[in-house]
Order: sequence, then C-alpha cells, then structure tokens
Amino acid sequence: MTSQARLAWLQSDVGGKRVLAIILAVIIVLPLLNLLVPPDSVFHVSSYTIGLLGKYLCYALLALAVDLIWGYCGILSLGHGAFFALGGYAMGMYLMRQIGERGVYGHPVLPDFMVFLNWDALPWYWYGFDNFYFAMLMVLVAPGLLAFVFGWLAFRSRVTGVYLSIITQAMTYALMLAFFRNDMGFGGNNGLTDFKDILGFSLQADTTKVGLFVASGVALILGYLLCRYVVSSKLGRVLISIRDAESRSRFIGYRVEHFKLFVFVLSAVLAGVAGALYVPQVGIINPGEFSPINSIEIIVWVALGGRGFLYGAIIGAVLVNYGKTFFTGAFPEVWLFMLGGLFVVSTLFLPQGVVGIVQQWKDKRAEQKAHAQGKTGEAVP
Amino acid sequence: MKMIPKHIPQHILYVDGVTKSFDGFKALNDLSFTVKPGELRAIIGPNGAGKTTMMDVITGKLKPDVGDVFFRDSVDLTKHDEAEIANMGIGRKFQKPTVIESLTVFQNLELALSGNRGVFKSLFHKLSGEQRTQIDEVIELVGLTEKRQELGGALSHGQKQWLEIGMLLNQDPDLLLVDEPAAGMTDHETELTAKLLRDISGEHSVVVVEHDMEFIKALDCPVTVLHEGYVLAEGTLEQVQADDKVIEVYLGR
Repeated sequence: MTSQARLAWLQSDVGGKRVLAIILAVIIVLPLLNLLVPPDSVFHVSSYTIGLLGKYLCYALLALAVDLIWGYCGILSLGHGAFFALGGYAMGMYLMRQIGERGVYGHPVLPDFMVFLNWDALPWYWYGFDNFYFAMLMVLVAPGLLAFVFGWLAFRSRVTGVYLSIITQAMTYALMLAFFRNDMGFGGNNGLTDFKDILGFSLQADTTKVGLFVASGVALILGYLLCRYVVSSKLGRVLISIRDAESRSRFIGYRVEHFKLFVFVLSAVLAGVAGALYVPQVGIINPGEFSPINSIEIIVWVALGGRGFLYGAIIGAVLVNYGKTFFTGAFPEVWLFMLGGLFVVSTLFLPQGVVGIVQQWKDKRAEQKAHAQGKTGEAVP
Repeated sequence: MKMIPKHIPQHILYVDGVTKSFDGFKALNDLSFTVKPGELRAIIGPNGAGKTTMMDVITGKLKPDVGDVFFRDSVDLTKHDEAEIANMGIGRKFQKPTVIESLTVFQNLELALSGNRGVFKSLFHKLSGEQRTQIDEVIELVGLTEKRQELGGALSHGQKQWLEIGMLLNQDPDLLLVDEPAAGMTDHETELTAKLLRDISGEHSVVVVEHDMEFIKALDCPVTVLHEGYVLAEGTLEQVQADDKVIEVYLGR
C-alpha cells in the first residue's frame, strides 16, 4: 500500500470499489424501474422490493460500523444493536411529532400512547423533536454519547476481549428492559409507529419510499468512504496494531483507550444513522430492536461476509438478510437453526468469510499464473 | 537523530530501594541501581530474579510497593503510565518478539516513529520525506532492507527481534530496555545484535536483560547480577564471574 498517490486509499481497494459501483447502480436503476416502468411490465420493480432492499442497505451500514471496530480494532461489540435502535428512536420521535392531530386521539401535541397513558404534557426529552434538524442531530448525538460514556469507562479500565463483549451485551439488554417500560416515555412495548410523513412527504407514497431507499444507499456509500479513509490513515494502522498487539502499541506510546474510544464512538454514530434510515422504511421502532439476539446477528453478517475488509461486511449483511427473507418465508421454522449453522460454518470453514475465500482463490490463481519468485503478499487493507 | 539534550542528567535511570511483592512473594526486594547517560548495561540473573518485574516497574506497567524510580534525575516514573513513559523516552523490547503482524516492516516502523501520538493527528498524518528517509535508515541499520514491504508476521524470529529493536530506535528514546534480544537467534545473528546494541549505546542508554553469557561477553559492558529481587553483584563480566556469591547462586551448583 503506498500513500504517494492522492486518493491511494481508495484506488488500492478493488473489492470495495466494485461493491460501491454495484450499490450506486442499484440506487440509480431500481428507482427508475419502480417509478417509470408501468407495474404490468416484467421490468417493473415493486415498492415492496424497494423497501426490502432499503432495509438491507441500512443493515449493511450497521454491519460496516461493526466491522470498523471488530475487524480493525478487535473490539467485539455484542451490543451494537443498541446504537442502531437509539438512532431509530430519535428518528421515530421526529416521525411521531409529525403525526400531529392525525393521531387516533387527535391530540395536537401528545403522541397517542401518551394520551392513552393519561399524560398531560410532553416529557422534556421530547422537546425539539418536531424539528427535523434537531432530530437528526440527536440521531448522531444519542448513540454517540452513549458510546462515549460506555467506551470511556470500559476502555479506561482496560476491559477487553470477551469481558467487553459481555458488558456490551448487558448494555443492550438493560436498554431493552428500560425501553419496555411505559413510564420511560418511548411508547413501551409497542414502541413508536403509525408514522404519517417525513418532511411533509407521505411515507405511503412510492416516491418517498424511493427517496428513503436512495438516501440509505448514499449513506452507505458515504459511510464506506469515511471508514475506508479512517482505516487507510495512520490512525487505521494504530487500530490494527492495537488489534494485533495491544501492549506493544501502549509501549510505543499510543494511548490505546483514546483510539478505541474514537473508533467506538464513530462506529456507534454510523449505527445510529443506519437505524434512523431504517425506521421510516419499516414504519416502526420498538424495544425488540435492543434485543441481544439482534446484536449477535450483526456479528454473523460480518463474520460470514469477511471481517476486516469493510466491503465484506456489506456483502455479509445483504447475503444473510436475503437468506433470512427467503427462508423465513419458505421454511419459517428452520431459519434460526440455519443462522446458528451459518455461524458455526463461517467460524470453522470460512475464518475470513466469503471475501476471504474469494481472495484466497484469486491469490492462488495469481500465484499459479506467475509462479515467479519474489511475489509478496498484499498487505491487509 | 536527536540533538544532545539541553542538560545532561547525572543519571538516566535511578532506582532506589524498590520492593514489589505479589501475594507475599517479593519479586523485587530493596532493589537499587543506576544507569548513566549513554551507558550500556547488562542485567543477568536466574529465572525469578525479578528482571521482568523490574522492567514492568520502570515502564509503568506495575507500581512499586515502596521505593523510588527516577528518570533523568527528576521525573518520578511511579506517577506515570505506559504511554506517558514511552513518550518521555523509554523504549521497551519484550522478551517475546512483538511486532504488528499484519502490517509491513515499513508500517511497523512508521508507527513507532517519534512524534505526535494523538488520535486526530494520526487520522490526518502524512509522512514527510524526512521521516521516510529516517525509516529507511533504520530499516538498513537493522538489516531488513529486503523485507521492507513484507508483513511483520512473515518475518523469522530473529528478524522480528530486529524489527522490534528498529521500532525502539524510531521512538528515539533516551533509554532502551531490551529483554533477552538474543533468545532464539543463531550465533551469527547474536553477534550482529550485540554489535547493533553497542552501536546504539552512547547516543542512547541501553539496559539489556540476558541469559546468554556469550552474548554478554560480546556486549563488553558493565554487568549487574540480580538475585531474588536485589542486586547481588556489579562490575565487569570477569569481576562478576569471580564473585563468590555469584558463583554460589548463579554459576555454581
């Protein structure tokens, strides 16, 4: 990897560029096929498909966030679903306030569930969420702040490895229990739903759906570029050194906890953005999103796609979720077994995931072709 | 590499009366010794003599129960942590060679290069031509020119040791602590390593912990013998080898 050329950090990333090109093509072509091609044509893409793929794009961004910390810094977070859900709730609160008088109870300010609970005023933490920009700021701040406080305490105390994984799991579980409570003021069990519109556009309209789909794709592409920039910088190499030899990094003089905190917060913010884009597309956010099993599923996506490549996480998220959509439709009772099986298979046979297998196969072919001496292995990106 | 510091301290390292115990076992027991600027010093001792614990105390990994550890006469090392101490100018080489396996030789050395270690500085860091030259000089010094673009994990055991010494040099420390650098090396490599350490000393103070007597002989420097956490004897290798106490606990039996 050289850093002579400008943008070398992107040029050397062949797999990533391919994946980005596919995403770009998908978010340009599919909206056209949805909006311009008449529904009876074979080329028509249904709004259902758009919604489904939009969801996958959000999951891919979430997986990317997890790969940034797990693949590059060795932080195995089993609680990243929490940051996703917090971003989702921030968006959900905005969408709730947009409902206004159109709720079942027709209250001008209070969301339905508050009227139902006989609350007479909006809790203070709901203030400002009628403003889109404030809500979007909270999409970044809420997960970022949680990650900052949590990470600061954990990394400063040098909690690492499986112990860190366990407390991240506990964190998301605790949040799930908290959000289940009605008096938290986030809709309890039912969460936030019945959304009507976003920025004045009806969520039922095909054009809005397409808009959200494109926004998710753009967010994924920008998120990828950001992560790629980070891991290609010297900071990225410090992260790798922390992953490979934490105490060596410390004795070189790097404040390991600061680097971990930085990347953990960045990752949480990306997860929050993914959650915020996800919620208007699925139309609901409830405490189930905090469920520990969700966070574990993200790890399966990344592991299966290939950890430490960034684009591997995107591939993994899309593959597994496509599988999930297909199998939960066709054979709903076997999906969980399949998910468990996938995890076992990827751990045993695909330690570097799908991307790793392809890479190995390519390396082998290149070696056979060249069979010249002095061929050096490509550095891990 | 580095200009001569403004004032030359009397001692680079001053260890006085340090005791550190684990569950009642005294790994260090009233340990005292000093290292002068530019000095090369070998520390020997049987297993369990407290060599690694001594390194841990100096580099901030462990805090002593009692005793003083001063760096450059005035800095109390017991009040700082690993990263701070590393940035003050104390480099440490581990017994087991520890390089970053999935980075190249060049990248390993780049990480170790002295300079700002902050998060955001690292994010926007660009190598200057000068820094490139310095890295290449160190690569040559430790004899890894051919391996410049190889991954750390692909190096042989000896090469990893050298890379790690190179990383220490790139930190440009005043004091290098080197734990068993010759372990697992061939005779030829051992000889080269001794020469390398002799060359480095003078500009840097170097403390070498070692078992290998041939290596100590090749270093040709003052020797401190540790035993059960305290200094048993000090002097040239010949003096130490002639010392009755040393013969009894270490060389004898």
